[in-house]
Amino acid sequence: MMHKQAIIVGGGPAGLAAALRLREKGIEDILILEREKMLGGILRQCIHDGFGLTRFGESLSGPEYAQRFIDKVQEAGIECITDCTVLDISSDKIVTAASRNQGLLQIRADAVLLTMGCRERTRGALATPGTRPAGVYTAGVAQNYVNLQNIMVGHEVVILGSGDIGLIMARRMTLEGAHVKGVYEVQSYPNGLPRNIQQCLNDYNIPLHLSHTVVEIKGRERLTSVVVAACDERFRPIPGTEEEIPCDTLILSVGLIPENELSLAAGVNLDPRTRGAFVDENCQTEVPGIFAAGNVLHVHDLVDFVSLEAEALADNVAEYLKVGSLPACGLEVKAGANVGHVIPQRISGTRDFTLSLRVRQPLNGVSVVVRQGDQVILRRKMRKALPAEMIQLPIKAAKLTDNVDMEVYVE
Amino acid sequence: MKNSDIIIIGGGVVGSAIARELTRYKLSVTVLEKESDVCTQTSGRNTGMLHAGFLYKTGSLKAQCCVEGNKEFDRVARELDVPFKRTGKLIVGFTEEHRQRLLTMLERGKANGVEGMELIDRARMDEIDPSAGGNFAIYCPASGILDPFTYTIALAENAVKNGAEYHLYTKVTGAEVLEDGRHLLHTTKGDFTCRWVINSAGLQSAEISAMLGIPGYVIQPIKGEYFVLDKKAGAFAKIPVYPAPTERNTFDTHATPTVDGNVLVGPNSFKVEDGEDYSVSQSGMDGLQESGARMFKHMNREFYIRTFAGARPKRIDPETGEIQDFLIECRDEVPGVINLVGIESPGLTSSLPIARRVVRMIGERETLIPNPSFDPIRKGIKRFHEATREEQAALIAADPDYGEIVCRCETITRAEIREAIHNPLGVCTVNGIKVRTRASMGRCQGGYCETRITAMIREELGKAVTDVRLTNGDSTMFTGYVKGGAQA
Repeated sequence: MMHKQAIIVGGGPAGLAAALRLREKGIEDILILEREKMLGGILRQCIHDGFGLTRFGESLSGPEYAQRFIDKVQEAGIECITDCTVLDISSDKIVTAASRNQGLLQIRADAVLLTMGCRERTRGALATPGTRPAGVYTAGVAQNYVNLQNIMVGHEVVILGSGDIGLIMARRMTLEGAHVKGVYEVQSYPNGLPRNIQQCLNDYNIPLHLSHTVVEIKGRERLTSVVVAACDERFRPIPGTEEEIPCDTLILSVGLIPENELSLAAGVNLDPRTRGAFVDENCQTEVPGIFAAGNVLHVHDLVDFVSLEAEALADNVAEYLKVGSLPACGLEVKAGANVGHVIPQRISGTRDFTLSLRVRQPLNGVSVVVRQGDQVILRRKMRKALPAEMIQLPIKAAKLTDNVDMEVYVE
Repeated sequence: MKNSDIIIIGGGVVGSAIARELTRYKLSVTVLEKESDVCTQTSGRNTGMLHAGFLYKTGSLKAQCCVEGNKEFDRVARELDVPFKRTGKLIVGFTEEHRQRLLTMLERGKANGVEGMELIDRARMDEIDPSAGGNFAIYCPASGILDPFTYTIALAENAVKNGAEYHLYTKVTGAEVLEDGRHLLHTTKGDFTCRWVINSAGLQSAEISAMLGIPGYVIQPIKGEYFVLDKKAGAFAKIPVYPAPTERNTFDTHATPTVDGNVLVGPNSFKVEDGEDYSVSQSGMDGLQESGARMFKHMNREFYIRTFAGARPKRIDPETGEIQDFLIECRDEVPGVINLVGIESPGLTSSLPIARRVVRMIGERETLIPNPSFDPIRKGIKRFHEATREEQAALIAADPDYGEIVCRCETITRAEIREAIHNPLGVCTVNGIKVRTRASMGRCQGGYCETRITAMIREELGKAVTDVRLTNGDSTMFTGYVKGGAQA
């Protein structure tokens, strides 16, 4: 059986950044498996700008951002197989993949890096009532048609959900001459980044209706209208507030789900809050030698953070490959008051790491507190904390003890 | 004008079974289907159960055809390459009243010729399926699950292979009898003539019956809504679990594993005016969540991947409203017409027995000459994900399209989708590809593969973007190109 030191599953931003850093750390025997014909992942269809402000200090389009990594991966001569879908990863790290050109591959790896990204939540998962006509698209699917295939999906558009891709598509469809009638968000606050609300909706006079949802989809063949309604604080439609909006297109931007089908096959346990793997401070899952970073681990707001997380992961993988193991992480990191989730979920208490978290609801004038027992490790004051924005905190080993669980909360 | 010996109106599972059985004889057979495919209505919108036949009145056509169809289905599934599992079924009860109804059902099952039914206790239930609710149950080993899409498609494809002709998007709008006794049918795709007309129009069977000169039948559509649950829930569902029948001898919400590993929860059941309104309602979904959880302990929101609805075309007594048996008739005063009205559940299980009864009626009126080249065997598309690793390697080596996974959730390859696009019936909708391959039936519901499938439909069939359709009628997916996109 073929053997590799490190197999990277997915050649999107996380996989590319991890591959480059692994090579920098002296790991030679790396293989990237990518199911698309080209590297770059979802960035290929994100033709808007705003990528790279943190990582490169300049504003790039998605393809430009990806190309910076792709060029370096190619310069470094890192082996990639595109058009190659991983079918299975076993807990003893045998990766099985189907490839057009290379047939059925079975490769044993010392380390497997899970960088598969995420998928979109669908109408089926929402169980939105009504018919099933043509013209109902998730935002990413609509973006693929419009940006990669030059195909217009419709003209009279309603958008459900205020996730970033939905906001980006509101602007994109408007620029292509469509009439975006409004964005409806069931929560009382937007799910997308403030800059996207401004640049994609406000700048184009597209109304955002908070605490509203689509309660019925109509049309037997092509979509003819949707019925929207105001919702109470428990997201239940308020009778009498229904309004029927004629449209031929409904775009859904109602959440992203880490794509962990392969992780489950490998025996990796998932955190129900992130829907990604439970990981330690090394981004190692509960299966030794299997690591995860990027949107497959937890959904990020900015690709820059995906790259940074993957680079940190690669540092740890390099150590794992050289030493054969990583320090045990016996301490739990708990998500306390107002915190939706934390990454990592386990730490050693002996090393620096980056703590990532999201708040449950918009908060003003708060402090994020990280503590071990009575000991406050870090207190970060924030004028504003939004669920749409990931919070990252560098934690220094010098302040930690190695025998008390950690708690993270917002007060 | 197209002339045939026989025209079948309606290409559902029953119409297609009749077409297939008629091609055993030297007859020209034409099927007229008003929709884009053969299983977009009742035949594709059901639980996919191979019923055993214990629910129906002893001696009724429903009971006879169902028991007959059940017993032969292992062979039928092999002949037609239809995914099928004889899982058995549990019909569970909680109360003494339930126990009495279950015992009545057990007796009726025995009288109908259903074999192997027995009343079992909770301990036996736990051995069979610990996820099932209830305190005791009837276990019926004869029941099974099948893929209703593939079965309907397989019957139609086998009919086509043996010489039948299918006309899709062809709705019958009028009928007359010519001087020579032949029938002239007006359709949305021109006129057709034939010696025999078979009405297998399902929800429209009363309407078509009247058009053919037999008025007076009434079809009451009974709608049912369903949830489709993720295969992760399917891991907990080993066997269909039904509640004890209601006082009216019908079943409330049940949980049924599909042959592909998902779970269907439903249907509820209510009268509707318009049987082709397949919308689902919030109240219906709320009710299914609640009643489904009683039958299936893992009925959980996080497992939802889709909802759908179907309608059973029940023939009712116009006076009393009472539900009637299947009707299969050939009246002397209306020669050359075989009339099927009210073919509802268990129509899927009964389709071939019904078809044989239709053939017999024709054979009683004219001599049927066997077709020596009839071949009962139909092979489906070779499924990559069901193959062993060695077979998979061989498939890719022989055809690189098997190495390109188009649908990641269900592991469907480009080769399978290509074959589905060039299907024998000439179906070219996105939904048609879906039901032939399972591509986009998984948890991402086409999020990954739909953009690839529509591109393949355009490439393989040379279709314009504005000509790609999701399913029936004018369900166009796209309105055109982006600015300057047509030139790009």
